[in-house]
Amino acid sequence: MNFLFYAGKRFLQVLPALFGISVVVFLLVHAIPGDPADVILGQRATDARVKAIHHLLGIDRPLLIQYFSFLGHLFQGSLGVSFYNNTAVSSLIAGRLSATLFLMFGGIILALLISLPLAILAASKEGAIRDQVVRVVPIIGLGMPQVWIGIELILLFGLKIHLFPVSGFGDTFLQHLRSTFLPSLSIAIGLSPILIRSLRAAMLEILEADFVLTAKAKGIGRTRVMLSHVVRNSIIASVTVLGVNIAYLVGSTVIVERVFAIPATGSLMIDAISQRDYPIVQGVTIFFALVVVTVNLLADLIHAALDPRVAL
Amino acid sequence: MRTQRFPGKGIVKRLNFSANTALYSGIIIIGLLALIAIAAPLLSHYDPTGQDLENTLIAPTRHHLLGTDQLGRDVLTRIMYGARIDLTIGILAVVFPFILGTTLGLISGWRGGLFDTLVMRIVDTTIAFPFYVMAIALVFVVGAGPKAIILAISLVGWVAYCRIVRAAVLVAKELDYVHAAKLSGLPTSRILRKHVLPNVITQAIIFSMSDIVLSILAIVSLGYLGLGVPIPTAEWGSMIQEGQAYILQQWWIPTIPGVMVVITGFGLSLIGDGLVKRLNK
Repeated sequence: MNFLFYAGKRFLQVLPALFGISVVVFLLVHAIPGDPADVILGQRATDARVKAIHHLLGIDRPLLIQYFSFLGHLFQGSLGVSFYNNTAVSSLIAGRLSATLFLMFGGIILALLISLPLAILAASKEGAIRDQVVRVVPIIGLGMPQVWIGIELILLFGLKIHLFPVSGFGDTFLQHLRSTFLPSLSIAIGLSPILIRSLRAAMLEILEADFVLTAKAKGIGRTRVMLSHVVRNSIIASVTVLGVNIAYLVGSTVIVERVFAIPATGSLMIDAISQRDYPIVQGVTIFFALVVVTVNLLADLIHAALDPRVAL
Repeated sequence: MRTQRFPGKGIVKRLNFSANTALYSGIIIIGLLALIAIAAPLLSHYDPTGQDLENTLIAPTRHHLLGTDQLGRDVLTRIMYGARIDLTIGILAVVFPFILGTTLGLISGWRGGLFDTLVMRIVDTTIAFPFYVMAIALVFVVGAGPKAIILAISLVGWVAYCRIVRAAVLVAKELDYVHAAKLSGLPTSRILRKHVLPNVITQAIIFSMSDIVLSILAIVSLGYLGLGVPIPTAEWGSMIQEGQAYILQQWWIPTIPGVMVVITGFGLSLIGDGLVKRLNK
């Protein structure tokens, strides 16, 4: 009951954000200075085309009407139709989705594989040399541009040692895994500094909790307390930390897929810029925002399911 | 505000020392980078955009310490001039979000109520957009270049300051000195400016150090995507992008601009960490 109540409350909190997102994305086209049709068409502008664009965007109608019609389409799952090749934006995104998902999940898994052990190592003895060393990692890591990490990984593992392909996405599942390993690793290395910091802090908090003290008082060994009490709880912390940083993660895929020439959702958007394909830019923006809101919500719900104290 | 005293004089000294070491090392690193950026024309007699098509992609020599790129431009010169662009835009880009976020966070935390709810809903909406997605969309709207970068960072960046300052205000407004100021009948604007702000702004200042790193990363990443500072201006991100094609022969061309970003980030993080230790005492 408590969980359901919490889930309901949390869901209601999402609604204003969804409304805000729809307004922001809707206003994107109105934020274009001058006549959006001129901007969209650029050199190709003719009177007929300008009129056609006006009609397509519906900007000859009152603003509020336009917004509701935009919202109506959105509710039907329609993100508009690409100017360039006349395909529904939603199906264009769907076609690129698997690559983006490979990058996201690969990034999450590798980031946790890097961050969790380091955070545990650091937190297990606060202030010790190993803690100091681990704390330097985020200081250096935070300043590494992900495109640069990607290029250095290409140089090391793709060109010097021929372990992984340096571009493309492959055709089979295994090829996808191999092709997305280095990009996922770039994403993970970029994400790790943030994760290590948050996880270390979370771990230190857990170590000071009463149940850890009780376990220690009962005479349970350090290692067992660490593994069965602290690490288990740190998984919960990871879910929250990942939820909070999901926007950063999604943003990283957009950048990194470009370095490795992987045809994922971000490239769809970047290519749309030079083609002035307005519906794609709008559609991908709203799609990513929805992904972030949904994952945030899921992370909170998983957190509440794993840790009943949250819903109290 | 904690007024806890440390147990021994020796420990106090040591803590101060390590905080100061971090702070001063950071200041020295950033100072040197700034010096290189400012003095670039004195340090190199090459034109950062001057092409020399007879000497393209040459390995490091006495005349070209880091060799030349695919258009025969001196790589070291471009890196030094790149520092100008990346540092300047990186710092400029956090000024507006700092002011806007701090102000909104201050008022929002102090007043609460409808204003607070409204601001927090705008915060929720803003954080739903991944930064780079928002930045790319804005490039579409206003065109590539420093304007779009600063706009994107401003539109997204104020949120962090707003949340940090708001949280600090929520704590501060229950403290005795604020109550005392209220009771003595001072006008709200004065209490906010003279009593609350000085105590909550430290957190924002500390965060601004890592925020500058993030904004430099944004400039570099957008530069790499070809959506940042337009070529042929020397900028670290576009240098990384252009160098990627020649990475097997001249690995240092895309590598060193990245190392410069790492050094910048390292210096700023040290300043941030040093400030944390000094200001939070």
